[in-house]
Amino acid sequence: MLKKIISAKYWALIGTVLFLSACANTGVKTGVQTPPPVKPAVKKVEKPVVAKPVEKVTTVPLMKNLNTQSSLNAVASGSLVHFAYDRYDLSAVAQAIIKAQVAWLQAHPTVTVTVEGNCDERGTREYNLALGDRRANSVKNYMVALGLDPARIRTISYGKERPLVIGTGKRVWAQNRRSYTRINN
Amino acid sequence: MELHVRLVKIWIIFVGVMLVSMVQAVTIANARIVVDINRGHANPLPIAVANLLGDENNIISGGSVNDYGKRISLVVKADLVRSGLFRTVASSAFIKSGNERENLLNPKFDNWKAIGAQALMNGSISVQEDGRLKVEFRLWDVLAGRQMTGFRYFTSPKNWRRIAHLIADAIYQRLTGESGYFDTRIVYVSESGPATHKIKRLAIMDQDGYNHEFLTDGKNLVLTPRFSPTAQEITYLSYNNNNPRVYLYNIDSGKQEILGDFPGMTFAPRFSPDGNKVIMSQAYKGNSDIYVMELTTRKITRLTRNSAIDTSPSYSPDSRYITFNSDRGGSQQIYVMDADGKNIRRISFGKGRYGTPVWSPRGDLIAFTRQYKGKFYIGVMRPDGSGERLLSESYFEEGPTWSPNGRVIMFFRQQPYDKNGRGGETHLWTVDLTGYNEREVITPLEASDPAWSPLIR
Repeated sequence: MLKKIISAKYWALIGTVLFLSACANTGVKTGVQTPPPVKPAVKKVEKPVVAKPVEKVTTVPLMKNLNTQSSLNAVASGSLVHFAYDRYDLSAVAQAIIKAQVAWLQAHPTVTVTVEGNCDERGTREYNLALGDRRANSVKNYMVALGLDPARIRTISYGKERPLVIGTGKRVWAQNRRSYTRINN
Repeated sequence: MELHVRLVKIWIIFVGVMLVSMVQAVTIANARIVVDINRGHANPLPIAVANLLGDENNIISGGSVNDYGKRISLVVKADLVRSGLFRTVASSAFIKSGNERENLLNPKFDNWKAIGAQALMNGSISVQEDGRLKVEFRLWDVLAGRQMTGFRYFTSPKNWRRIAHLIADAIYQRLTGESGYFDTRIVYVSESGPATHKIKRLAIMDQDGYNHEFLTDGKNLVLTPRFSPTAQEITYLSYNNNNPRVYLYNIDSGKQEILGDFPGMTFAPRFSPDGNKVIMSQAYKGNSDIYVMELTTRKITRLTRNSAIDTSPSYSPDSRYITFNSDRGGSQQIYVMDADGKNIRRISFGKGRYGTPVWSPRGDLIAFTRQYKGKFYIGVMRPDGSGERLLSESYFEEGPTWSPNGRVIMFFRQQPYDKNGRGGETHLWTVDLTGYNEREVITPLEASDPAWSPLIR
């Protein structure tokens, strides 16, 4: 909690600094660009002065961006881990992806996640709910083994209810047998 | 849709012919399906269903009393024909002679014999002073020339379809010796939107698709609804608050309540035959086991304790046994255990995977989904695993549910997608226990997870 407040203050401070520096820059520019007016074209001079800082002000998105899904996905192969048919063990590729997720999560200690377990459509609904739960927990257990606090990881199974890809065939089904690590809002 | 059904049938016959010509006496399970799907042996009983006679000049809300009579007779005909056991004699062939009203109690049997009817239903309809319909029908044995059964019903005009189903049930029972299944309802999951984020709603309708109503608004993902033995309550899985748990839904009040306080996901719920318990699975820390909850005391008992997936439990009608599927033997197979969780034994031993076992209301069979070599089948076997018969097959189908008389099985079937990602439609189907008479159940949208109610009382 304290950490959260500190980091929030920290980012707010950066935001303010960036904002001020942006203003300062334009200030310098205008300073340079003000020769004594010869013709009454005052408006032309003022327009760019007003417009420029508006585009550069906000720094808040930068802070959000660091903790967003796209940031995790970028370092951890889309936060997706794939499974073999009716299996929930982790391949070497899967383990590497989870390691990257854990590294990212350890660098972002305020983030909590939900690991979503999914199945392909070639199974019965209720069995697949159980299988999706197995897959999600398989990922969670490996994260915990790598040192991540279990309290930061929730799991949910969607069974075969949320395919990633629509279609028929082995390639489609392989893509749908997956877990996805979603950052909690 | 008509065309689609016809194509499926043609395809089935084609496959049947192919298989028959290729293999004569092969004992693998696939061969059995040939017998079941090779239709055309059925010999439906010809029955004449006359319009119930009513006053054409007595106009009530929704038409004349005579119109109501016609409608009821049409629904009776539709029920009987859909069962596959009856064929109705076209009313254009009916021979008119004398006063129709006077003939009600003295049918001209020779006239009915002449057009090939073996049974005749006739009757009358009127409106009472209190506004209720009074409906009478009689079923006649045309060859023997005598009445077989007859009843009189009273109900409000807007409830007329139930009268039709009750008449159809009475005819079915008298002519087959088995109780009917027409005065029943189906609860199922209505599907819309793309497969990647389908909107699913609980919906309920009469067995023939009429009186359709949505029970939930689609905000939460809902799955696997099942009726209580009184048909007044439904147990189902809801992702309410993104927390998948088993819920109860009261049909009369619309009240929904979560069942129990489990740390993990609860799913695959089903009522006990007496309605006092709900059996279900809990997935906790990656392991799914079977639990039972007493509804009055909310006492929970754990029945299986195994690192395997144990799910899809279903009670035998005498409540002494539970069938379920488990991968404890290495792949998904069907097991039976005593109601206290003891004496677990495997009953499915064919090739492939077996799941979703559901005990027949008669107790003599268990319906299941089988998955083998890229196809899915609905089949039945005895509770000891013997006598397996496959009733239908397709690219994907699962989730059998029994008609209350144990003669018809409803399930859902999904079509494959084509190369462009089109297709994949999911609909409800019925098939007779004999493997004949496969029919699509028409729903407003796509449909899955059907559950058949008991007879409404």
